[in-house]
Order: sequence, then C-alpha cells, then structure tokens
Amino acid sequence: MTVSVVQFGGSNCDRDAVRALRHLGIDAERVWHEDGLPAEPDGIVLPGGFSYGDYLRAGAMAARAPVMEEVREAAESGVPVLGVCNGAQIGSESGLTPGAFTTNASARFQCEPVHLRVERADTPWTAAYDEGDTIEVPIAHGEGRFEIEADAHDELVAENRVLFRYCDETGAVTDAANPNGSTDNVAGVLGERETVAVLMPHPERATLPDVATSTDGAGMLEAFA
Amino acid sequence: MTEFTATVTVRLKRGVLDPEAETTKQALERLGFELSALRSADRFELDLEAEDAAAAEARAEEMAERLLANPTIHDYDVAVSER
Repeated sequence: MTVSVVQFGGSNCDRDAVRALRHLGIDAERVWHEDGLPAEPDGIVLPGGFSYGDYLRAGAMAARAPVMEEVREAAESGVPVLGVCNGAQIGSESGLTPGAFTTNASARFQCEPVHLRVERADTPWTAAYDEGDTIEVPIAHGEGRFEIEADAHDELVAENRVLFRYCDETGAVTDAANPNGSTDNVAGVLGERETVAVLMPHPERATLPDVATSTDGAGMLEAFA
Repeated sequence: MTEFTATVTVRLKRGVLDPEAETTKQALERLGFELSALRSADRFELDLEAEDAAAAEARAEEMAERLLANPTIHDYDVAVSER
C-alpha cells in the first residue's frame, strides 16, 4: 500500500499528510499532478492548501486538472480517496462528493481546534471510532461553510452520508459549535462510495504526538493501512 | 463567423448567505452611506467567434455550467452582443 498524495500548484499540506501517514506506518508519497497517478493507485489524498490561489472559487481550478479524471476513475473502482480542506473543496468542485464549501459565515479565515461528532463508525475512515464519539481536530480555512440544495441535503441525510458534524466538547451539535455556518453543522461527507470522503478539518494535523495537541485525527488516516 | 462578446453574470442563489457582500455593506455604512442591501456578482466577458448569437450563447452557457458557476450555490445568466 502506497498512498498517493496529489500535489497541485499551491498545495501546502502535502508534506504534512505524507509525514502523518508514514508516522502510522503507511507508505505514502507525493505525486505532482502533472505526472499523474501510478497505474494502480492504492490510496489517494487530496491535501489542503490554496491550489491556484483559490482563483474563481477554492478548488475550482484543481478540480478540473486532468489528474482528477484519474482520481475519479480510481474512486469509482473502489480506491480510497480522502480530501482534506482544500482537497475537500476540490472533491466537491469535481463532483466526487455532494454540496459545496464556500465563504465562512464570519467572512474570516479561521484557524482553531474544533470538535467533531462521528456520525458513522462503519466506514473505513471512522472504523477507529465509535458512532457518537467526539474528537478534536483543527480547522484552517476561509471557505469551509458547507452549502447544499435542500433536496440534495435531504438525500444526503437519508442516505446517511454525513460523516462528521461540528459539535461542542460534550458532543452536542449546536449553532455555537458551528465554526463557519455550515448547513446542518456538516464538517465532512461521503461520496457515492464509502471509500470516498472529504472533510474541512485536518486529520493530518491531529496525528503526530510531538506537534499536535490532539492525535484524534490518526484514526481517519488509518483507513489506508 | 461573427465576433461576439458573451457576458456571463454569476451570482449566489437567493437565500445563500453572502458574507463578503455583508462585509462590504457594513464598510459602506461605516463610510456614512445609507443602503438597505448589497448583492455582489461575478461578471465574465468572453470574446468569441461563432456562427450566430445562439451558438455563442450556447457555448458561453456550457462554460458557465462547467466552470464559471457552481450549480450548488450559483445562478447565472448570459447576454450576447456582436462585437
């Protein structure tokens, strides 16, 4: 298993993701988007950053890069794909996952630890947790407000594809615990397959015990083990 | 072939929160202006050659669908004029 961490111009969490994965004993390497994915990728991370300067909309340019066709094909064949922060924006812009991530309700860039409620524990991304667990993972984004059309939101909930919701430290999903105004406090969602997930918080920044105040994010990366 | 300019205006759907517009409105109010609402939009002017205005409009609409707008949050309209 070698995880391909796709680096676009302006990605800046690609090294962090590789380091966090290797810390967990999972082989990972950065892949420059123009070089394309390996013939048979074992796993894919779309890392955080500011690809293409967030031109037009965050993730809009990277979502239309040719490598995303390869990512889509891999996702459809069951290869695990995780989009983090800008990678989540790229995932939604490319149609891998539903909804959109847009300007925070505060109109500010927010860099802070948040709590997430694990809404499902029966996916590869959350097998390390129990349903209803509260975990602490940081956010760092200006465009993380999850927006989705009402009928698509109903479908998302009915299909049980909300993976994480913002909550307080007791696990209560409240407006006060919603850092960016996301619809229904949604912090992360699944694609059509459970092997595809995106989230705005950074699991790779909550993995290494030497640099992080929480290692609660490691469980998500263990999906690649 | 005729030269056209297709103007694509992309705006947030009604009801979608626009924190940037709200911040801009507040800044105008701090400057002493009175206003009851502010909406912002992105405007793209595309110069292109096409058989006729309908073909130019169709191409600009496809550009809006595939890149310029995000259908989850945006509405858009296209206006075509001969250049």
